[in-house]
Amino acid sequence: MGEFKVHRVRFFDYMPSAIRAMAFNSHTERLALVRADGALEIFNFADHYFQEKVIPGQDGRAVEALCWVGQRLFSAGLNGEITEYDLENLRPRYTVEAYGGPIWTIGSNKQGTLLMVGCEDGTVKMFEILKERIQFQRNLERQKGRIVSLSWHPSGTLIAAGMMDMIRIFNAETGKEMQHDPESREVVVWSVAFLSDYTIISGDSAGKVQIWDGLTGTLVRTHLVTKWDVLCLSVSQDESSLIAGTSEGTVVQFQFISSTVDQQEEEWVRTRTFKNHSHDVRALAHTETAVVSGGMDTQLVVRPLLDKVEKNTQESAMRKIALPHRSLVCCAKKAGLLLFQFPDHLEVWRVGESDGHGEENTHTHTHTHTHTHYLILPSPSSSSLQVSKLPKDLCLGHQLCFSSDSTKLFASSRHSSVIVVALNQLECKYLHTLKPKSGESRLALFFSSSYFQLDKLSIVAIETTVTIYGSVCLQLHCTVPIYSSCPTAIAIHPTTSHLVVVHADQQIFEYSLVQKEYTEWSRKLQKQGLHSLWLERDTPVTHVTFSLKNPAHIILHDMFMFCIIDQSLPLPESKTLLYNQMTLRSLPEQERIRHSHAFKICKNFKHVMCVSLLEDHSLVVVERPLLDMMSQLPAPVRQKKFAT
Amino acid sequence: MAALYEGYTLCGLVPGQTLTNSGIQGIEAERDSDHVVVTDSTRSVTLYKVSDQKPLSSWTVKQGQTLTCPAVYNSQTEEYVVVSDNKVIRIWKDEDILLDKAFKATVSSDVWRVHCLPGGEPVVLFQRGAVRLLDSLLSAPQQPIEEVLAQEEAIRWSTNIVADSQQFVIFTTEQKGDSFLYLHRLNPNTLQRYRLEREEPGLSPLSFSASYRDKHICLLYLYPNGHVYQSVVSVRGLGGDEGAQALPLPRSLLLGLPVGEGLLEAASAQLLDEAHVAVVGVPHPSAGAGKDFLCIWNTNFQTLQAGKEMAGKIYGQLWTFSNKLFIPHGKTLSVIPYECPKSSLASALGKLKQAKTEEFKAPACVPSWNNILHGDKAQPSRPAETRKTRTNRKTQSAPSLTVDQVLDFTKTAPVEEVQREVEGLLSRADIQDLQPLVGQLASMLVSRSLADPAFYTPSTLAQLVHTQSLCHSVCPDLVLLALERRDFFLCQLCLQFFPDIPEAVTCACLKAFISMPDTEAEKLSLEPDSVSFMETLIARERAPVGLQNGFSSTSTDQDCSDALGGGGRVVIKTGEEDKEKSSTPPEPICPVGLHKAVLLNEVLLTAYSDTFLLPHLKDLSSQHVVLFLQYLQFLYLKYSQDASPQMHGLRSPSLTQIMDWVCMVLDAHFTVLVMTPEAKGLLVNLHSFVKSQVRLVSELGKIEGSLQELNKMKVKKDVGQYSIEIIELF
Repeated sequence: MGEFKVHRVRFFDYMPSAIRAMAFNSHTERLALVRADGALEIFNFADHYFQEKVIPGQDGRAVEALCWVGQRLFSAGLNGEITEYDLENLRPRYTVEAYGGPIWTIGSNKQGTLLMVGCEDGTVKMFEILKERIQFQRNLERQKGRIVSLSWHPSGTLIAAGMMDMIRIFNAETGKEMQHDPESREVVVWSVAFLSDYTIISGDSAGKVQIWDGLTGTLVRTHLVTKWDVLCLSVSQDESSLIAGTSEGTVVQFQFISSTVDQQEEEWVRTRTFKNHSHDVRALAHTETAVVSGGMDTQLVVRPLLDKVEKNTQESAMRKIALPHRSLVCCAKKAGLLLFQFPDHLEVWRVGESDGHGEENTHTHTHTHTHTHYLILPSPSSSSLQVSKLPKDLCLGHQLCFSSDSTKLFASSRHSSVIVVALNQLECKYLHTLKPKSGESRLALFFSSSYFQLDKLSIVAIETTVTIYGSVCLQLHCTVPIYSSCPTAIAIHPTTSHLVVVHADQQIFEYSLVQKEYTEWSRKLQKQGLHSLWLERDTPVTHVTFSLKNPAHIILHDMFMFCIIDQSLPLPESKTLLYNQMTLRSLPEQERIRHSHAFKICKNFKHVMCVSLLEDHSLVVVERPLLDMMSQLPAPVRQKKFAT
Repeated sequence: MAALYEGYTLCGLVPGQTLTNSGIQGIEAERDSDHVVVTDSTRSVTLYKVSDQKPLSSWTVKQGQTLTCPAVYNSQTEEYVVVSDNKVIRIWKDEDILLDKAFKATVSSDVWRVHCLPGGEPVVLFQRGAVRLLDSLLSAPQQPIEEVLAQEEAIRWSTNIVADSQQFVIFTTEQKGDSFLYLHRLNPNTLQRYRLEREEPGLSPLSFSASYRDKHICLLYLYPNGHVYQSVVSVRGLGGDEGAQALPLPRSLLLGLPVGEGLLEAASAQLLDEAHVAVVGVPHPSAGAGKDFLCIWNTNFQTLQAGKEMAGKIYGQLWTFSNKLFIPHGKTLSVIPYECPKSSLASALGKLKQAKTEEFKAPACVPSWNNILHGDKAQPSRPAETRKTRTNRKTQSAPSLTVDQVLDFTKTAPVEEVQREVEGLLSRADIQDLQPLVGQLASMLVSRSLADPAFYTPSTLAQLVHTQSLCHSVCPDLVLLALERRDFFLCQLCLQFFPDIPEAVTCACLKAFISMPDTEAEKLSLEPDSVSFMETLIARERAPVGLQNGFSSTSTDQDCSDALGGGGRVVIKTGEEDKEKSSTPPEPICPVGLHKAVLLNEVLLTAYSDTFLLPHLKDLSSQHVVLFLQYLQFLYLKYSQDASPQMHGLRSPSLTQIMDWVCMVLDAHFTVLVMTPEAKGLLVNLHSFVKSQVRLVSELGKIEGSLQELNKMKVKKDVGQYSIEIIELF
């Protein structure tokens, strides 16, 4: 394969925002997660924890709490508004002002008919969930002091509200305050959980998890968990297990079991402590098999409970999701430019010539429509486009893509449509909208374009469906057979016009756009099956690119490696060594051929955000070391000292 | 020598500080030596755990309110007391979060300070000089408070002291350039007023520090011209006329500190113990005119014992709690641990005795500079046996002789009676004046014994040595007398208890011990501790061979077994024996008898200095040298075989002591030993020790080198922000 010059780039100062809240929908197995900058992310736990959707945040919309009601997702924040999200068009559907000051918490009853929010002014406000919107119903009796946390009893008749110094129990029907459990000291009840046996569990700023009898208002048990705050609680669906997240970065599990073997009576017993975070654990979700936690240190951690999953399988492995599952870096191959996408601005850099430092390019774009743009630099000509006026329809573009001759710009739009805009040196003109045939209202997620004979093509991937459009005739070209897992990276080969799709379950497909069928190589790959080590990788492939010199080479990468697939070489069999670079290095040259296989995997680089091949056949690897990211975090409240 | 250790930062200072104000109002001890309460000059009180450098909790009064006195901790009730806005006394507990919700009481007059000592009750000192116990004040907060001070008289400094279960509030005032000291005793209340002698006109003290010792309150104060004065006030004499007249307060100049140019501005002197003063804000005598130094001075010798430059501005504030100095400087509050060991004669005389043995024995009552200068009555610990005899004596109620009579009596009386009378006197005598008496008695007995060969009182002398009030310089002939009379038990006691035996005498003892026939030695009765140590050491040679920590010596190579086999009397051996030995190396055999070994150990344990010892060592005959070396070799082998034979807390020489003696004996007698045929095997063995040591060290060096390489490997080269690399894929 030979030597590569690698531009190793570590100056992309990407810094994800802290995780603020999360909500898990056990029916759809989707985890909704919101970050401190208001960005919402949806993870599909059924499909290898893939980050399916991202809705960028907006200034001034600090989301404090999330709540699923069926398939619908609501959020509330300190701006005092309740927002429902349009998860198909990836934008807020509507926003309702609650008129109660900042909202600290949101919750719904089990039936999914009512939504309640806890406000700064001490009111609990009830909203009726209608089909298209929500409507204010009534206030519960107003309290002194803010409502920090809420929990609805499964029967729907009682509501527990955590406040400063106390927990109050409301009758949900009459709205009257029934009783309260006063706390002795100045504490904030950060989180409450109301169980079906009328037990109330609270986590507070004094570091205690307390178990109360909700009927009598008496304290049953106090567990001192931390010296700092207990910030969040989450109860498993069967109410047999409870997890509490603390400011120390620990997650403490409690289980409802009998504390001694022969004792019949069950009680809440502290069982396990997980320490996967360095900072505050702000959000927790207790899925059937795992503890999901996130917080100040920006990582989403899925920690399977070993009594619920089979040991030593892929399922029982802990996952840390630290980098986004999409590419934030674009590379102009000819010009050697790199575009870094930040939430509110872009940076363009030029790769260096010698082994000196890369010099920064002159212009840095700052966008007015923040958080919304995905941009791909035109590969043939890198001259920057001075576009004065954008068509109105382009305002909400989640993905942008240039045609390979830079004359057209494709932008994804609402209702799964694609807007095509013609570009020249001076202006851009709206040309056409590509609409999906079925009329489904789902958003395009992936893009690529390429020459195909004389026609140009663009592809659209909608969740699991991949559709191809001809961009001259502007008509549907074909649809790739549907596969059960989400595509994570898609590209069209510039010369052979093969479409390469990599899915969240690590499967690779190659589809010929000419024959409109899977290629021979792809069939062979499917028949033989991918190597088990390849399938066990836990980060998705986020980018696919090709070598201009050798059309048989496909370059793809995930967070911990990049791989050059040489289609001319035999596929690795199940018992051959997949990561064989070290072995090959030690072999004499004649024997290498016998041992080499199609997957050339290089693990020299860690936390890779982009790997691309420039036109001069040198590689660009953009890394974002997690240690650099950690060093930008504020100091944690507690640091592990030796032997403490 | 007093020493200042590496300091650490407790906290940063609040940014509200000015040039003269550090922002810290006061630091008070909390529940134990590791907790302090820091009150800042505005609104907040913070509790710190000093060793963790960590605030545990903090309390703040509302905006607009000010704390006007440092918070104190009442350890009896576990409450904190502070005064805000001069009149509001606040009391709260550790678990209270908000100060505003804590207990409050408003009093009718402005409060100067609240003082509270561990174990004492909190005392409130009002700005006009009145003093109340906090409890009685709180029972009627609005009670009228009398004015004690005159017009224009203002309190400058105050403290409180508990002396003999009496609580005192001490404060100094200033009135028109005159300084006064008030001593207020509580329960019953008395007040005494003293006038401080005037220093140069216009100068008033910069800082005060008070301590209590020997029924006297000792006040130390520093003037801007660098003079540190001490005034001592007796506690007993208090009372009588209540502060009607200001008595003149005598003072003595303790230190004249170098001030450099101009006068001191922000400086403070703090008493650490009777001989040491910590001074801050005064120039270091050998470091120019900068005043940002923290120094410890010895007031007896007027010497600078330790100094440390403090970064940043010094505010002239200094607190000390439990061997730590708290000093705000620059933008931080630093904690600097210090140590002020007593300077003693023993430490001045060459090597001090092994610290290890001192841990187990009560410190020998040797003359200490401090004691001589201050008449400090350190209580010599008397052995239990004399106490027992005392009680016996009392029951007998025999007519007893006075000290002088006994002294006269010893000159003439027969042995038995002298013994009885001295014993009686020792049991009767007041422990304080025991020391001169013991010295007198001992020298008298020794001189009589020397003069009269028939007279000797071994048990009395042993008893006198046991009091630990004797040392060699008091009675220089005692050891030699014991040697002459072959009283080796007394010799052992002297070696054990005297810190100042000259090297010549040590050598004489060594010579006597080594030349003593074993049969004679076994008849001796010796100190049981040291005997039992030697017994265990020798007993081990009969214990099953090998398998120490799983180590079997049979697997060791030839070199090693040479070394092991060479011990004891089996010095020269045939090749056949040698082969046998290499398969089962014998345990080393002790070349001397048990009691002789015990005595030799005592010599090994004695403090010495090489230069003085060497010439005397040369007096030993070559046979004795060989025997002694064999014994040392035996000890060395024993020590290197066993994990740690010294672990028993018994009197035992350390491995380094043994090696030092080996080196010294070889140094003194090398040429003789080379010429002596019997010593050849021994030297070969010692040589093989050295060889094995050298090999061990070189192996250790290799390990060290490889570990360092490992360390180097771990340091990954920093990739930096951008680099161009070449990788090769196959």
